[in-house]
Amino acid sequence: MHQESAIREPLILGDKSYSDITNDVLKPIVGKADRSWYIVFGLASVMALWGIGCILYLLGTGIGTWGLNKTVGWAWDITNFVWWVGIGHAGTLISAVLLLFRQKWRMAINRSAEAMTIFAVMMAAVWPGIHMGRIWLAYFVFPLPNQFGSLWVNFNSPLLWDVFAISTYFSVSLVFWYIGLIPDFATIRDKVTQVVPKKVYGLLAFGWTGNAKAWNRFEEVSLVLAGLATPLVFSVHSIVSMDFATSVIPGWHTTIFPPYFVAGAVFSGFAMVNTLLIIMRKVLNLENYIHIKHIEYMNIVIIVTGSIVGVAYLTELFVSWYSGVEYESYAFINRATGPYWWAYWAMMTCNVISPQVFWFKKLRTNITFTFFMSIIVNIGMWFERFVIIVTSLHRDYLPSSWTMFHPTFVDIGCFIGTIGIFFVLFLLFARFFPVLALNELKSILKSSGEAYKKQTLEH
Amino acid sequence: MDFIFTNKSKITFAIFMAIGLIALIVGMPHDAESNTRFWANILVNGFFFFGISLGTLFFLALQYATEASYLTVLKRVFEGISQYMWVGAITLIIFFAACSLHWNHIYHWMDPAATHEFVIEGTIDSAHPEYTNDATVEGAIENHHYDSIIAGKTAYLNQGFFWLRTIAYLAVWLFFVNLFRKRSLKEDQEGGTKIHFKNMVYSAIFLVFFAYTSSTASWDWLMSIDTHWFSTLFGWYVFSGIWVSAMITIVLLTLYLKSKGYLEVVNKSHMHDITKWMFAISFLWSYLWFSQFMLIWYSNIPEEVTYYMTRIEHYRGLFFGVFAVNFIMPMVILMSRDSKRSIGYALVVGIVIFIGHWLDVFLMVMPGTVGSHWHFGFLEIGTFIGFLGLFLFTVFRSLAKAPLVVKNHPFLDESKHLHI
Repeated sequence: MHQESAIREPLILGDKSYSDITNDVLKPIVGKADRSWYIVFGLASVMALWGIGCILYLLGTGIGTWGLNKTVGWAWDITNFVWWVGIGHAGTLISAVLLLFRQKWRMAINRSAEAMTIFAVMMAAVWPGIHMGRIWLAYFVFPLPNQFGSLWVNFNSPLLWDVFAISTYFSVSLVFWYIGLIPDFATIRDKVTQVVPKKVYGLLAFGWTGNAKAWNRFEEVSLVLAGLATPLVFSVHSIVSMDFATSVIPGWHTTIFPPYFVAGAVFSGFAMVNTLLIIMRKVLNLENYIHIKHIEYMNIVIIVTGSIVGVAYLTELFVSWYSGVEYESYAFINRATGPYWWAYWAMMTCNVISPQVFWFKKLRTNITFTFFMSIIVNIGMWFERFVIIVTSLHRDYLPSSWTMFHPTFVDIGCFIGTIGIFFVLFLLFARFFPVLALNELKSILKSSGEAYKKQTLEH
Repeated sequence: MDFIFTNKSKITFAIFMAIGLIALIVGMPHDAESNTRFWANILVNGFFFFGISLGTLFFLALQYATEASYLTVLKRVFEGISQYMWVGAITLIIFFAACSLHWNHIYHWMDPAATHEFVIEGTIDSAHPEYTNDATVEGAIENHHYDSIIAGKTAYLNQGFFWLRTIAYLAVWLFFVNLFRKRSLKEDQEGGTKIHFKNMVYSAIFLVFFAYTSSTASWDWLMSIDTHWFSTLFGWYVFSGIWVSAMITIVLLTLYLKSKGYLEVVNKSHMHDITKWMFAISFLWSYLWFSQFMLIWYSNIPEEVTYYMTRIEHYRGLFFGVFAVNFIMPMVILMSRDSKRSIGYALVVGIVIFIGHWLDVFLMVMPGTVGSHWHFGFLEIGTFIGFLGLFLFTVFRSLAKAPLVVKNHPFLDESKHLHI
């Protein structure tokens, strides 16, 4: 039998019973949404609509409506793409890697983190899609036989590897997320009384009966999927980093990119989880399940991954000098002191210096401050990708073609649009889906629930 | 039950060490040209076994920092392995001293001929020519051995700074080896949770220091052998190597101790967990190996690709073979739950990839030192056996000095009840 040490802090606060958990999680689904949900949803929809408008304008008119030029051929588009893919890493890390590490605190956050992952990956996929210009020919990214057209994809290109990596990641994340949802959908099906929702949740629950054999298979599949998803957490952002690192552009070609991108992705993903969950726990009254200990753990992950990213920045900077290669050194001098110095220092401040305040327990257990920091990290990680992409391109080997990048309203509109769509999807999720893995939470109630822990200690 | 370092084991390890000593003594004169092969062997083994103790210290600190409980029953084994760092540090210092005294030319940047633009005319033919960077010195003529790339690195790669760094790494790492050991023994006596919570703080400090110094140490000690070459990933690659070597050693040592009837509280679930670590870090190592190799191979930039050209031209079979074995063998054999819990599979995979990771260090050192004139002779095998004897002797001695399972650790009960 599992025995938990007395010094471990409880993960579920208050005196909760099994049915309390069910009711707490189901409240937003069976009840009516309050005014604040409609306000935020309205705002997100406006952003989404504006973004969709900009995207349609872009598709109708052409990529020229972005601020790209001959020297800077990749800018906000790929920055946003990498930013969103990065954010999409936390969910699978939490659900898969932390499952393998038997971290029980993940149970309160994995469901919403996985949802966030799926929506973030969808937003990421928008960018290469619209960047093609003629999106109706997008199927050419897949290896189609020559008879179909006259093109065959280039298997040497990391951009193609991206297609495979991201679509695999998306599929596995989706399946993993959905399988976790099945028993919870069944619980909702059994709880709701209205006819239509009962039918819909019944359909979504795939006829889950909850017998021992079903649970047994459920757990086995979860472990297998966790095992499959763990290498995917590494592979996706490694391959994204190879989009840059296989080139011969100074500032792009550096061997540390794959693991450093993965660390950065987890870093930004956890920041986004913090942003979303700090609001969600409040709005949906889930403070007993997602409490300060969970936030502290996430802040610790942020400080660890932020520091790994910091070590990588300094390594790159040092090796650019150590290499003795003139172009390499200049790329980094230009980043720090050139016309884009502000972007570089925004990145350094937001990603490396500011997370260090989490070394203080007072600050990492302060919810308002954590929320503020999570936004800072999101900004910092956007700038990181901007710095890598634009500062490396804008001053290339040929000084006569040096130039700057200026975003147009379409650049900005499309970006804000993806943020809007992302929030629309997340808000719908929070309204209609069980936002906590309630069946998993029940499994730790007796070992990690506050009231039960107290009882054990008294005996 | 306390561990007893039997006379039989002592004699066995003494024989191992004697073989090593003989190999070194016999091997030296065969290798006239500044004894490169001899010293390269010392570095390979000195670093490999030192790395095991450092990797174990890292893993111990990681256990503290993450409040991990499942391996608390094995904490003394970790401490025992990390105690080798004292001896390992001495072997490395002897090696670096020999480099500094120019008994060998392993580090080209230590050679004043490479870093000075001019040589004093009259001294060229003497045993110790005088070099200068000042063209106005009387008799200064162009130095044909001057290497502008190496000279460009002297701000970092110079003897004074190198020694300063090396001493700093070793001093701080050893400080933590001692600190964790002392506090662990103290916890046995005193109990309570104070020591435990403070250990978390100390381990966080260690991990921050380690994050930087594990990279810089691998640049200093290994990457600077190929002085021209550079790779930002190198530090993390070496780190993954020492970590996996540490995990393999932990698995093998635990299996040995259990076979002798020790560590009764260590059950199948614990074995499953440490073998899983060996399996997982093998993946990490393979991932970093591939990342570094693929990116350099793909870009094919002359400055970088030379590193792999040497390895592929002169070490082809070994180079790809080591990757294949260290990656595929744990992946295929240890994938299933049952094999992770089986003594036989863990033992066989452990022994093979233990040698595999020794060869990985061999491949980091040899191509930049002996180049195409590499061998697997009595010198290589004997030195390995000698160092293995030294390592095991030290580790067994420290295991015998304290109870084999900790007492009073707040997670001990949780750890004993591990069931997965």
